[in-house]
Amino acid sequence: MGKTLFDKIWDAHVVKHIPDGPDVLYIDRHLVHEVTSPQAFSSLASRGLKVFRPEKTFATCDHNVPTLGQDEPIADESSRKAVEQLAANTAANGITYFPLGDPGNGIVHVIGPEQGIVLCGQTVVCGDSHTATHGAFGNIAFGIGTSEVEMVLATQCLLQSKPRQARITVDGSLAANVTPKDVILYVISRLGTDGCTGCFVEYAGEVFRNMSMEGRMTVCNMSIEMGAKGGMVAPDQTTFDYISGRRFAPAGEELAARISGWKALKTDEDAVFDREYHFDAADIGPMVTYGTNPGMGVAVDGVIPSEAVGCDAATFDKALAYMDFHKGEPMSGKKIDYVFVGSCTNGRIEDFRAFAKAVGGRRKAEDVTVWLVPGSKEVEAKIEAEGIGDTLRAAGFRIRQPGCSACLAMNADKIPAGKYAVSTSNRNFEGRQGYGARTILAGPLVAAEAAVTGYLSVPVI
Amino acid sequence: MNDKINIIESTAVLVPVDNIDTDQIIPARFLKTTGREGFGEKLFYDWRFGPDGAPVEDNPLAGQKGVILVAGNNFGCGSSREHAAWALHDAGYRAVVSSSFADIFRNNALNNFLLPVKVTEDYLSSITAVLKKAPDTVIRIDLGAQTISVPGAGEASFGINGYKKECLMKGYSDIDYLLADKESIIKYENSHA
Repeated sequence: MGKTLFDKIWDAHVVKHIPDGPDVLYIDRHLVHEVTSPQAFSSLASRGLKVFRPEKTFATCDHNVPTLGQDEPIADESSRKAVEQLAANTAANGITYFPLGDPGNGIVHVIGPEQGIVLCGQTVVCGDSHTATHGAFGNIAFGIGTSEVEMVLATQCLLQSKPRQARITVDGSLAANVTPKDVILYVISRLGTDGCTGCFVEYAGEVFRNMSMEGRMTVCNMSIEMGAKGGMVAPDQTTFDYISGRRFAPAGEELAARISGWKALKTDEDAVFDREYHFDAADIGPMVTYGTNPGMGVAVDGVIPSEAVGCDAATFDKALAYMDFHKGEPMSGKKIDYVFVGSCTNGRIEDFRAFAKAVGGRRKAEDVTVWLVPGSKEVEAKIEAEGIGDTLRAAGFRIRQPGCSACLAMNADKIPAGKYAVSTSNRNFEGRQGYGARTILAGPLVAAEAAVTGYLSVPVI
Repeated sequence: MNDKINIIESTAVLVPVDNIDTDQIIPARFLKTTGREGFGEKLFYDWRFGPDGAPVEDNPLAGQKGVILVAGNNFGCGSSREHAAWALHDAGYRAVVSSSFADIFRNNALNNFLLPVKVTEDYLSSITAVLKKAPDTVIRIDLGAQTISVPGAGEASFGINGYKKECLMKGYSDIDYLLADKESIIKYENSHA
């Protein structure tokens, strides 16, 4: 029987197998941010240990940072201390760190690929559930807890049981107003918020093959939102072109040699998955969520289901009560107070290009607060270099500075209680974007429509 | 936190809500501290307190006591924050019972000697029904035998791999295992350079 792409990478990273237990899995790349690492560094120090392979770990600050006035000290004392602690921990251990304001700074899952830190066929971990993003390059990438961060710092290994495997195939072509975010929101709405728990997913088919790396990252990023341990796309020329010329990536003959090896990174034709799902691109339209988990999604021109989907009736009713939405209501036409474009899901240059294009010649709606937050300094620089910044400012928008921002509202970017926010981020959990905030997840095109009209509607491109 | 687990016997706290995510277990704004202690006070904070800090009287946990949390399906989904496991452990919990656990939460729980007990949806429904009628019911979880018994709902078995079971029963941690076998790791590195 053939091997899956996942099998090939996993097997190549098994240091040893523990009988009736997990595998010792070697980790190629470890990404670190300030929220889930301090306890790992302090515990390591209390054992009298230093980081085992510091050249395989890279760090950035992103969750706690403000998105305005980054040249000033961080006003919130505990946020400032968390960032300072990361600077001290990385310096003490010889780890490459991209501090606030550095051209390499940004959201950990945006800068990893952007800096050429993440390549193909690797094991990639980070104390962050959206680590699945890096699967877009044909990697086994998954989020870990802080105890596991410490294990990787101490030994460059983790104890992991091999998960089951699922393949999600989407064939056909997407309509012009359907983005990668809509594809993954659609898939999650079909499979449910725990539909792939215990599984690692491979995304296959025409739709993903035709997607840019930015799009594949958006899709893989949200694998965790259906419970998957991670998601991956087999690398191809699109992947190799993206990696070429990146700061930490190999170059010249070394890159050519690596690429020829990476070309073998694909699932064998006779490989068998534990589960297979097939979807047709023609069935996917622009999507939004109506509830309090990412599986509660419908097409923008659809209606809220009349009975519970993916949970029991009480949980479903609780979600609708939180959103102040009702069964059977259309989503189109709902009034929006805030729009957030950014995050490790949709904070890349393509997302801002799409947003600007959809805004067209229109102006920001007066009564909508819009936060446009680039995923990294590099994205910010491209927004300006391509003239997107000038165009959007002329239309009444403002470009903020990079960070996780309102995705999880650890900084000052909080959506007020009761307000409706169209957010290009990844989670619509109760209180995620601020106490009582009502989040509607969507892609950058739906966000643009909401930003200029103040209402949910189908984007016309 | 390496308190060994063998038998856990206690009344339960019943929260029959599906898809309880780690943002509910501990909101992100409490993750700014750099230590591991004190998170128990922040457990389910936005369920227990209003925006003004006033206690919410009819919150889902009110009036319940025990070291076993019985939750709905898909417990611990979302963010990887280990603070969720720390908060539960710090608040006194030693086991969580659900019909499904998110993968990262499950690992975090095991690494903190908080036992995730995965049961069938039918058995979870039975326990939930029993606890609704008789909140003082004492649940017994036997890690050695891998069983959970609830008077009125009967006994069920749960799975855990042999390695992890031994860790929990003897107080061993994964990191100790890995540190003790650096030799294999270096050997792997040398053969994959």
